Amino acid sequence: MKQENTIMESKNFRPLDLKKKIRPGESVIQTLLFISGILSIFITIAIVYELGKEAWLFFGDPEVTLVKFFGGTKWSPGIGHFGIWPLVTSTLVTSAIAMLVSLPLGLSAALYLSEYASPRARSTLKPVLEILAGIPTVVYGYFALLFMTPLLQKIFGEQVQVYNMASAGIVMGIMILPLISSMSEDALSAVPRALREGAYAMGATKFETSIQVVLPAALSGIGAALIIGISRAVGETMIVAVAAGAGPNFTFDPFQAAETMTGHIARISGGDLSYNTIDYTSLFAIALMLFLVTLVLNLISQRVVSRFRERYE
Amino acid sequence: MNPTHNHFPEGPSFRSALNTRYRVASVWQVLFFSALLIAIISLTALIYDVVDGAFGYVAYDYKKDPATFTSTPLEDLTKEELLTILQANLSSGAYNKLNNEKAMETRLQGELYTLFFERLIQLEIKKTWSFTESIMRAGAIRTEAAEKYPDAKLEFRSWLTPQFLTSPMSSKAEFAGVRTAILGSLWLVGIALLFALPIGTGAAIYLQEYAPKNWLTGIIQTNINNLAGVPSIVYGMLGLAIFVRVLAPLTSGSMFGITDSNGRTVLSAGLTMGILILPLIIINAQEAIKAVPDSLRQAAYGVGATKWQTVWHHILPNSIAGILTGSILALSRALGETAPLIVVGASTFISVDPSGPFSKFTALPIQIYQWTTRPQSEFHAIAASAIIVLLVMLLTLNATAILLRNRFQRKY
Repeated sequence: MKQENTIMESKNFRPLDLKKKIRPGESVIQTLLFISGILSIFITIAIVYELGKEAWLFFGDPEVTLVKFFGGTKWSPGIGHFGIWPLVTSTLVTSAIAMLVSLPLGLSAALYLSEYASPRARSTLKPVLEILAGIPTVVYGYFALLFMTPLLQKIFGEQVQVYNMASAGIVMGIMILPLISSMSEDALSAVPRALREGAYAMGATKFETSIQVVLPAALSGIGAALIIGISRAVGETMIVAVAAGAGPNFTFDPFQAAETMTGHIARISGGDLSYNTIDYTSLFAIALMLFLVTLVLNLISQRVVSRFRERYE
Repeated sequence: MNPTHNHFPEGPSFRSALNTRYRVASVWQVLFFSALLIAIISLTALIYDVVDGAFGYVAYDYKKDPATFTSTPLEDLTKEELLTILQANLSSGAYNKLNNEKAMETRLQGELYTLFFERLIQLEIKKTWSFTESIMRAGAIRTEAAEKYPDAKLEFRSWLTPQFLTSPMSSKAEFAGVRTAILGSLWLVGIALLFALPIGTGAAIYLQEYAPKNWLTGIIQTNINNLAGVPSIVYGMLGLAIFVRVLAPLTSGSMFGITDSNGRTVLSAGLTMGILILPLIIINAQEAIKAVPDSLRQAAYGVGATKWQTVWHHILPNSIAGILTGSILALSRALGETAPLIVVGASTFISVDPSGPFSKFTALPIQIYQWTTRPQSEFHAIAASAIIVLLVMLLTLNATAILLRNRFQRKY
């Protein structure tokens, strides 16, 4: 019997079809995934559109003028005062206090963790920072009102009001500390060993190496951390809503109560709010300012990283 | 050959300068470490402060003597006895209102007991003390209570009880519980995950596997990074404007025939939360997909797999651990967020559990916020207990995430 010697002669041979097979399922899936990817752009567009629309209505109201908005120091939309400054100064003061607390502490913690700590110490100390980062901000608000304020009152006496910007600012600083610490530590660890070794070889102490060699080399990352920290402080709501005060107040005294932009939005929208009132649209104007400020800060921080990053490879 | 010039610095002036430098270095090392110490102390202070508030002495009294209602001791009251007492002594209007909220026969014995205390005996709290005070100044507290509140009973109690977990909201601190809040939070987070996880993973797959390297992809990537940094209250405003107002027919359920609610429902809040955690999930899923080695992809393509087949059968199974860990972390972020919920319209007082996506809601962080901002100290005590509940929930979630990550970590 003749064997089938070649594949070509076997009865089961089918020639290979080398045309590209049309797979409709692939196209469907690709479209779905593309839509998911594009959705984030729609979210940003929606934010800008909605905030802008209501803010437009706010500024379009005949009572509201840009002069009043940027020139007034009282904010009571119900009776015609539209000066944004009380809310802005309060945000500035609380954020400044928060950065004064978190930047030195966060940077020191990052320096210690990356330069001095043994791996075992690092593995016990880093979880502490991660826990601090994971605590919800309402809990920090509780802490600010019921622990930090009495503490400040004990230290500084009668001038500290029950609601004050200082305790909110300090607790915000504690909240931002892990953020700055982890970003700075990433930046410090990315500095190659060769730089450190060179400094040690010249006889520098560890401290001198860290401050004069490693820190400047990691400056772009640390700068980015600083800016992200500021952005976080500006946008923080719950700590200031609970502890900083319930009324706009144009003051730079940290021991007084003054409502921030975010706290104001939270308070007003938590009460009775009817659509299309001046109160409603004013909230959107404030939220638009907040969004733009944090957006600009985030963009600057990305620029700082990409522009000033030292490349060692 | 020995060098004739020794270029190393030496001499007494050098020695003293060197010692100064060493001293300065040690001082700064201590300063750097003290920053970490401050962080540890703050964390301890925070946890201690919360626990401190949740336990302590309470001085309370009854407006009406329990003996006027029943002769049996309070602990032995059965459900039927409680039902009869309540029916007999509450006005019919009040009884019917309670019955309409939730039928009296279906309520648990504990609930009826609480109602008995709340409505009939009218227990009233006179003063509360924190845990440290109760331990340190027990004698002084007893004398103070005897002086100022002679009729009151003094009892050391924990505000965090099983009753606290299972009772609904109440306007009186001693009877309030977090059941409605916990259920509301769970509904919220469930809807958020249902929305954000598929879309987020899909977007990450698109960005990593399918997207060409052009300007559009760069914009999408930058946009996602920026969205991750937007303050949460702005997301709340977005949710208010779109989900509560524009999409009110959908979110209030009127499209489906439900007529008694407005747009401030669990659905709106869940979708708002979903948008909030979407950037986090996308960024995290991108990292997880990036971590899958390219050799796996190339091997799959090499045997003729299509892109989707590679993704579905090779990339996703290998990155699912990272994606899940990230979504659990996003979940814990969503649990703790308060500001967007305030703006979207969490109810300030609600005592019925959420029954569906179109019901009004409250959430655990909202309760903590409201109770903290009340002036009476007993509300601070239940705020502390609610904080403990929230922290325990978050701790379990994060521990699960870490366990998952360690369990499924594949080494290539």
